[in-house]
Amino acid sequence: MAKVTIDGVEMEVPDGTTILNAARSVGGDIVPPAMCYYSKLEGSGGKCRTCLVKVSQGSTNDPRPMPKLVPSCRTTVMDGMVVENITSPEVLEARKGVVEFLLINHPLDCPICDQAGECDLQNLGYKHGAAATRYEEERRTYKKIDIGDKIKLHMDRCILCYRCTYVADQVADGDRCHGIINRGDHAEISTYIEKAIDSDFSGNMIDVCPVGALTDKTARFGSRVWFTKPMDAHRDCDNPKCSGKVVVWQKGEDILRVTGRKDAYHEVDEFICNTCRFEKKKASDWVIEGPRHINNKSVISANHYEHLKDIKEDVEKYQRQVASNINKA
Amino acid sequence: MGRKLLLEHINVPGIETLEVYRKMGGYSAAEKAIKTMQPDDITEEVKKSGLRGRGGAGFPAGMKWSFIDKKSEKPRYLVCNADESEPGTFKDRYLMEKIPHSLIEGMLVSSFALGAKTSYIYIRGEYFYVLRILEKAIEEAYAAGLLGKNIFGTDYSLDVHVQIGAGAYICGEETALLESLEGKRGNPRMKPPFPAISGLYASPTVVNNVETIAAVPHIINITGDEYAKIGVGRSTGTKLISASGHINKPGTYEIELGLTVEEFIYSDEYCGGIKGGRKIKAMIAGGSSVPILPAHLITKTANGEDRLMTYESLSDGGFVSGTMLGSGGFVIMDETACIVRHTWTLARFYHHESCGQCSPCREGTGWMEKVLHRIEHGHGSMKDIDLLVDIAKKIEGNTICPLGDASAWPIASAIRHFREEFEYHILHPEKVKDPKHFAHEPFVSSKLENV
Amino acid sequence: MSKEIVFSAETLAVVNKLIKRYPEGRQKSALLPVLHVAQAEFDGWLSSDVMDYVASILEIKPIEVYEVASFYSMYNLKPVGKCLLEVCQTGPCMLNGADDLVAHFEKKLNIKVGETSEDGMFTLKTVECLGSCGTAPMLQCGADYHENLDETKADALIEKLRAENKRSRYC
Repeated sequence: MAKVTIDGVEMEVPDGTTILNAARSVGGDIVPPAMCYYSKLEGSGGKCRTCLVKVSQGSTNDPRPMPKLVPSCRTTVMDGMVVENITSPEVLEARKGVVEFLLINHPLDCPICDQAGECDLQNLGYKHGAAATRYEEERRTYKKIDIGDKIKLHMDRCILCYRCTYVADQVADGDRCHGIINRGDHAEISTYIEKAIDSDFSGNMIDVCPVGALTDKTARFGSRVWFTKPMDAHRDCDNPKCSGKVVVWQKGEDILRVTGRKDAYHEVDEFICNTCRFEKKKASDWVIEGPRHINNKSVISANHYEHLKDIKEDVEKYQRQVASNINKA
Repeated sequence: MGRKLLLEHINVPGIETLEVYRKMGGYSAAEKAIKTMQPDDITEEVKKSGLRGRGGAGFPAGMKWSFIDKKSEKPRYLVCNADESEPGTFKDRYLMEKIPHSLIEGMLVSSFALGAKTSYIYIRGEYFYVLRILEKAIEEAYAAGLLGKNIFGTDYSLDVHVQIGAGAYICGEETALLESLEGKRGNPRMKPPFPAISGLYASPTVVNNVETIAAVPHIINITGDEYAKIGVGRSTGTKLISASGHINKPGTYEIELGLTVEEFIYSDEYCGGIKGGRKIKAMIAGGSSVPILPAHLITKTANGEDRLMTYESLSDGGFVSGTMLGSGGFVIMDETACIVRHTWTLARFYHHESCGQCSPCREGTGWMEKVLHRIEHGHGSMKDIDLLVDIAKKIEGNTICPLGDASAWPIASAIRHFREEFEYHILHPEKVKDPKHFAHEPFVSSKLENV
Repeated sequence: MSKEIVFSAETLAVVNKLIKRYPEGRQKSALLPVLHVAQAEFDGWLSSDVMDYVASILEIKPIEVYEVASFYSMYNLKPVGKCLLEVCQTGPCMLNGADDLVAHFEKKLNIKVGETSEDGMFTLKTVECLGSCGTAPMLQCGADYHENLDETKADALIEKLRAENKRSRYC
């Protein structure tokens, strides 16, 4: 076991745990944001640099600080390590830089993007980004393409987290026909030549996508996510690798969308098969268990009934602040 | 004349052949090492020599060797980094082309020291003709029993192969190189684990630059202690310097570390002074990635001491008034050069060469190139200069591999030392329309007028 | 597929020799050299059919080949002229007149960078540092480096290449 302190919070975690997972074991504001790391996908992480943290003490044995900020998702803790996340101005500055880099070529088409409301990039931008861009140049654009008959790829929105390629390698039977082509800022997710991704588990690429680059064609433009009700549901799926445990997103009685069940860090508990995801859209297909707890602070939770009370309090607090500012002026 | 080791026999006719190379004493170090020394003794000699990695980072070679995981059951590999791509650097090409056996002998001694049975030389794709020269030399070595089974009648056997790259600067980064050698995209790996623990095929691996490996037989010949006597302080031995730009005698030179920069630039033995007798304006000492220095900081440090060709003296003053020895890519610019244009070409280079794996480098390098393009072509605005400084700052230190830093330093240092020239481009767009705008009427910074 | 994509027996022998350089099961390591061989064999560029063929030889997925081929700048994913003129334009070459050299080729061949001359003979490409800074400006055509260029030497080179009328190749 290793004792580690993150933003002043002490915790004890098994040796070999990453800083990010140590923080997640406690939760709250000390958890660095992660756009490319996905605990269930081997090899993921280290790329987006949003989870950079400062290690101000390496360990009890070697208390020297680490010379550079480190990706918390790929750096393992040492006994006595002291980490600064949101308590370090240096980290916040670097993170702001990363958000800006991720956004300079992003189309910012949230008003028409299906991911809006449950988008990691949107959340990250709100929390760590700047209000305006300094980027004056033309943004990179790509054609929207179908990869398979159920999945749409909007490459413009992609942040190259590589997660979908890991899903193809590790979840969808290793039958990968899409990947990263070209290099540098021309790099893109592609099948190179037009090819349909054909695997029973390919739909999980949509769930792991942190942005709206991969969307479910059976649900596209169906509804803003905050107008739908997420309900835990299950069915007796005959695919032996699929648990049939999902979230169905309902509007009235209609099921608009089916996804995996995601935790507080937007990771699915279990990957689900394409039949459950794309083909079971009737309420009668499912045993509805009850409302899904959406316990992260994204736009979706803002409109979710469970949180209405919190939101109301937040709004009232804000109104009081504004009122007092006006009075002062 | 400084002492020559690597290039001592460079002018001997036929030195590229095994026959002449052996006549000049070639492979005697290998024979001595394999027949009379223990592998760890060789590592010890290299440690004593103080030899530092000649590819750019300057990490002590002997120490790097000693990190190799000896407990691992997996085979160990030596991989030679011949992916020389740093702008301003062409010394490895010269060495491999002219004396290929010096690298092969170095591979043999180093592989034996590390316990490697198979070693690879990864050479950049553009050097295809050098690949052919190396392959020929390797063939000769096999035919003479210097590679293959039971070398020098001992039970040591070694295979050496040359792997060709295909156009990617990033593969000079050792883990990107290993990825490429495994037939993948040249995306640098996350570290740790370092190659010494998990490198090629997840086996313990040492990656060394061509010049580093080629220096090893010389260390064996003259002993580590003797080698360490050459040079100054922690900058021991001789170093190959690729000299280019506005000088009378561009080319590859072997210097004893500790030579003054002044002598290197102005003596006839080396660069032979500035072309056309013009005034010097700027210098890049160690390849395009290192900070650029303005005229008044080239031959003297900020403290007024003579600047020496050593790791320490060149970096004297840190990034405020110093630079780095890096790969020894020495580029001189005279007063006709436009720093903005030059900086833009480097920004374009790093943009082109970014692998795209991590976001600060992928997005930042392209952004910096675009802003610099704007300024150089007379469309910039004053806020662009600080924007560049800020982008560079946000890339530096925040990327997976050093390419991010390498893209940021030249830009940050050019603005630090030549800010007025950037401002001039913004204030006088009509004067920078002609791409050769300073060729006839050099720009003189008010700060540098008296130098 | 216009013509059958198969290596000649000789080329196949070369490829098999390349594969043998790596430990068993690591034949993917041969991808870069084999792609060079394929590009030289099949008209100087890599069509998706050629890449699929290379994938089948190395027993890897086609996407693994596309990912790699599109990463490295020396693989042409579109047809190119018989002679690919790759003019270095980075720092030291720029200081020694690379811009003028590129402009000269554009004028002489009546094409822009990235284009192929009407007769299909020349494709002009600007590239980043080729490690020939001491002999700048320079260009690469196939495996050959042409260094210390000026307009006269450039013209002579064009004439020579035209007379030879051979496809430039790295290997």
